[in-house]
Amino acid sequence: MKRQQVIIGIVALVLGVLLFATPFMFIGITAVKSAAEASHLGLSLPSKWLFWENFMAVIKARNYMLLLAYFNSTVITVGAISLLAVSAAMIGYVIQRRPSKWNGFIYALILAGLMIPPAVVPTIWLLKELHLFKTLHGMILIQVAYGLSFSVLLFRSFIASIPRDLDEAAIIDGAKPWQVFFKVILPLLKPITITVVLVQSVTIFNDFTNPLYYLPGKDNVTVQLTLYNFQSQFSSQMNLLFMNILLVTIPPLIMFIFFNKQIVKGMTAGAVKG
Amino acid sequence: MKSSRSYPYWFILPSGLIYLVLFLVPTVTAFWFSLTQWDLFETRFIGLENYSQFFQEPFLITGAVNTVVFGAVTSIAKSILGLLLAVLLTSGLLGQSFLRTLIFFPVLVSTVGIGIAFTEIMHPARGMINVGLSYLGIHGPAWLIDPHLALFSVALVDVWKGVGLATLIYIAGLATISSDYYEAARIDGATKLQMFFRITVPLVRPATVTVVTLSLISGLRSFDLIWAMTKGGPGFSSDVLASVIYKQYQAGFYGLSTAGNIILFVLVALIVVPLTYWFNRREVDL
Repeated sequence: MKRQQVIIGIVALVLGVLLFATPFMFIGITAVKSAAEASHLGLSLPSKWLFWENFMAVIKARNYMLLLAYFNSTVITVGAISLLAVSAAMIGYVIQRRPSKWNGFIYALILAGLMIPPAVVPTIWLLKELHLFKTLHGMILIQVAYGLSFSVLLFRSFIASIPRDLDEAAIIDGAKPWQVFFKVILPLLKPITITVVLVQSVTIFNDFTNPLYYLPGKDNVTVQLTLYNFQSQFSSQMNLLFMNILLVTIPPLIMFIFFNKQIVKGMTAGAVKG
Repeated sequence: MKSSRSYPYWFILPSGLIYLVLFLVPTVTAFWFSLTQWDLFETRFIGLENYSQFFQEPFLITGAVNTVVFGAVTSIAKSILGLLLAVLLTSGLLGQSFLRTLIFFPVLVSTVGIGIAFTEIMHPARGMINVGLSYLGIHGPAWLIDPHLALFSVALVDVWKGVGLATLIYIAGLATISSDYYEAARIDGATKLQMFFRITVPLVRPATVTVVTLSLISGLRSFDLIWAMTKGGPGFSSDVLASVIYKQYQAGFYGLSTAGNIILFVLVALIVVPLTYWFNRREVDL
């Protein structure tokens, strides 16, 4: 029995590495090869390691487009996350604490946000009318709108575990509603806030479709769009394309290394309660 | 104590307003725009013409069919593989926490990056998969080049990328099943297989609901992976509604593109809402 377990374990490990690690090894190795060697698409080691050369070539490509893209993506991610975290917590707080006949309606709207695919062209039309089309702040607002439902649900279920006595004590002491929320409740929401921030920042940083529609133009390029732009430009230079993939993968990798547990918690939250 | 004073509705306003303007308004107005010929400035009402065009063009119908196939295949595969992997990775195997981490990592990686990498990995002649298969004496298929296979090849990559999340949701679900059930079954002489089908599968149901719903919603809306790998090709063989919407938008057919959006919306609602209802209605009988 014990021995059988060890054998299954070894087989699972070998298969797991083969299926899930080799694609990343392939990306890493191709990224440091010469263009000629990379075009063979093999897993063999490069005859010459060209990490630095390829790295610089990708950074410099199209007038330092990747650096601009990193800047834009960071602005969008940080801006959207800051807005999302606080305002989603406020919504989650009110709908959890204040049962009313409106709640069913509000929940329906929240679930709609999780399910309905955004109507793209009408959104573009609206963004144009509001002079938000092709702007970073417009993109930030879009990300807030699209990420709101998920964040509110996470906050709501967490707030349900905070005793009402806390807010009531503060209210009796004469605190105003916004003071109760910002001074008493918000500090207690730290764990769930971290989770929301991590999950949403990975989602927003990796978002490709929405910037493709709402943020066209080379000044507005985001990290994911550089991949798409370079895909045609680097079609004969697989090594540079893959170096780009590698560079784009680094931020989520760093997050993953440091915050694996919180990310997993956020992404599987609510799964068990059904 | 009056809850209306303590928990004011204006707390909803800041992002509620953003949600209303940038999500709900476009969704509602889309129904009108889908009935028009539209250049973003002027609309001309043409009734259901966009819809009738949608259901007459063979490649647009292909897109709708492919959307359902892609959503169904990926969500079924993710829930079955996810459950099996979850059971395997909670059985106290050697290196199981390492394997959990390894399988989950692709979830966080850029979909476009994964798509580009797998386009090369699936190269018919030199790609890693077919080279690997040739060592085993198998002549690998043409994956993305074969019109009959392209959609399924993309679905395979989608499952590869997303199965880690399904596995983790199932692992969380398995943790809620009391070991008493297994203990009792063992005393009654149940086999492992019986325990899996009679205890694990029914009791892990909330996790199944989550996995199936989540992967269906994302699968039916899937765009970036397909766009990075095939752009709907060869021909229109791997087009889905989301890529049709983008192509019509690029071509300047805004009314038609919006009609596609409405069709996708109705499709998602028609599949997901009854399914959730059915999932929640059925009782667990043990």
